[in-house]
Amino acid sequence: MILTYDGTFSGLLSVVFEVYRLKITVSKIVPEDEWQSNFFDQATYVETDSAWADRVRKGIEKKASKKIANTLYQCFLSEQADISMLLFNFIQKLFDSPSDISDNYGDDTVLRIHQIKKKIGREVHRMHAFVRFQRTKDDIYYAVIEPDFNVLPLLPKHFLDRYPAQKWLLYDSQRRYGVYYDLHKTTFITFEDDERLQYRQLNESVLDQSEPEYQILWKSYFDSVNIPERRNMKLHLQHVPKRYWKYLSEKRQQF
Amino acid sequence: MNQRVKEKLEILSDAAKYDVSCSSSGSNRKNTKDGLGNSSGMGICHSYTEDGRCVSLLKILLTNHCIFDCAYCVSRRSNDVKRAAFTVQEVVDLTINFYRRNYIEGLFLSSGIFKNPDYTMERLVRIAKELRTQHKFNGYIHLKAIPGASDELIHEAGLYADRLSVNLEIPSEMSLKKVAPEKNYGDVYKPMNYLAETITGFKEEQKAIRRAPKFAPGGQSTQLVIGATPEKDLQVLNLANDLYKKQNLKRVYYSGYVPISSDERMPALKQTPVVRENRLYQADWLMRFYGFGVDEIVNDHHPELDLELDPKAAYALRNPERFPVDINHADYEVILRVPGIGVRSAKKIVAARKHGKLRMEHLKKIGVVLKRAKYFITCLDKDFIFLGKQPELIRQAFLQPTRSKVAANQLNLFA
Repeated sequence: MILTYDGTFSGLLSVVFEVYRLKITVSKIVPEDEWQSNFFDQATYVETDSAWADRVRKGIEKKASKKIANTLYQCFLSEQADISMLLFNFIQKLFDSPSDISDNYGDDTVLRIHQIKKKIGREVHRMHAFVRFQRTKDDIYYAVIEPDFNVLPLLPKHFLDRYPAQKWLLYDSQRRYGVYYDLHKTTFITFEDDERLQYRQLNESVLDQSEPEYQILWKSYFDSVNIPERRNMKLHLQHVPKRYWKYLSEKRQQF
Repeated sequence: MNQRVKEKLEILSDAAKYDVSCSSSGSNRKNTKDGLGNSSGMGICHSYTEDGRCVSLLKILLTNHCIFDCAYCVSRRSNDVKRAAFTVQEVVDLTINFYRRNYIEGLFLSSGIFKNPDYTMERLVRIAKELRTQHKFNGYIHLKAIPGASDELIHEAGLYADRLSVNLEIPSEMSLKKVAPEKNYGDVYKPMNYLAETITGFKEEQKAIRRAPKFAPGGQSTQLVIGATPEKDLQVLNLANDLYKKQNLKRVYYSGYVPISSDERMPALKQTPVVRENRLYQADWLMRFYGFGVDEIVNDHHPELDLELDPKAAYALRNPERFPVDINHADYEVILRVPGIGVRSAKKIVAARKHGKLRMEHLKKIGVVLKRAKYFITCLDKDFIFLGKQPELIRQAFLQPTRSKVAANQLNLFA
């Protein structure tokens, strides 16, 4: 049977609940908006039910751990083509086995979950490292990101712990939503017209007047701590793959 | 744009860059509701220079004026370089503004000695104090403890800093005297021992009283310059081992000597000994995370690390009687000693084998480097055609692809 859902993590957990409740044999699970029906296959839509989702999550926490439940959520954000089915397979293995199989690295499904989680973790870490805020006139620290996976929901805590006393906005220009902190709470936001938010480097007219100065100071710091006698571009690229250079104001050539 | 600050920043970061410590990890300072920053647990490298080193902290000297004349140091009195000095306010301002933009994890502040040690230390402490108290800055602060400064000032530094460091620089006192006649080991060990004692004391106190104040929660570190003086790896690693055991150091950094100096007291190296430096770090890791004793890595028969092989592989080839290791039964500590298996893989192996015996294919997927490990392990598979080989043959196999590269490197080094 082919099942579709609303594309949220709760939706996917609701699917798991429904499969166990109705004892369905599943052949495929896809978010509704990715499903392309054809002549042979019929899909059934499963309604999201937060109470069901909660019970499945509790089940995962009980059978494995809170950490694994979080891992599954993080993997869900990876946007891998078969992620719904992979997560389902993992949860099924976990529920059907008498013991906790979440550290059975000899099993392909389990191992893949851990590998995807590692990739997500790495991307989150890179966002923690490579985000560069620019201070705007209205005193908001602003940064644009385009992460490899949909990791924005995993970022607020880190920045909140660090910057509780300044307003900041992180905007994913590819997925076209952001998270804004107004000194009280963080909110996920979208803009009808986000054309101006697509620019990584904000126009000087909206920046705080000290902003360009600090970017130049940072760039000159970056240039002077390099030791030319030890130049090692291979290692450099290993640490900062080229696709991340766009984030780093210190790598910009023009000022 | 304040052109003068930019120029100072260039001079004083250039002068600070030969101190290789960059770590921003290992502390546990939480932020406050209206504060700025934290330094809890894992460090973050915000950028990397083209030499491949991490940029985590704003690493600067307060000044590069110095009354000492140490041959290995670019800021030595007799060296003809541009001199500059930051004001307290300038350092505070740069730190806060870089931190707010997520450029850095915090401040690494060192200094040349101007006037006298106490005068210098007092200014370093003042900056840290101002950051912590006036600006509620809870990011990472690494301060130099200046040899010769009073215990009181060193103590005060520990109350504001996450980590303190005193650099030994030269790995034996005899060599130190030759290149830095105004220095001696006693002066360096004095603040180091004071810190070791105080850090332990405060930790005890924290066990008893939860809200006891912190004292250098990220511990202390030091740096050894490699290749400027004739010490062998045996001496370097035994010194490091002592520092870890006796002074409880969090890190010993090894800095391959960059031939910046035209001082005649220094050797005329053509190139920084980067391979040796890398091997020393690998050996250091073996001592700290892999349960190796220092004499298992270097000893009187093997006083130098093998530049062509990583020290774990070299150990395995010197001790063939300890292998093969049965992946499905051996203890974690034993598995950790197999070349090609790191801490992560070893942990995964121990977890996964509870669920069923492991084969080569599992190991490969887990992340074991079979290219190296296959000579030293058995598992559920039946054919182990790589076991029982002569160490010399395994060595050849290890070196095959990169051999010419390593040889070329070493030739350059000693040419």
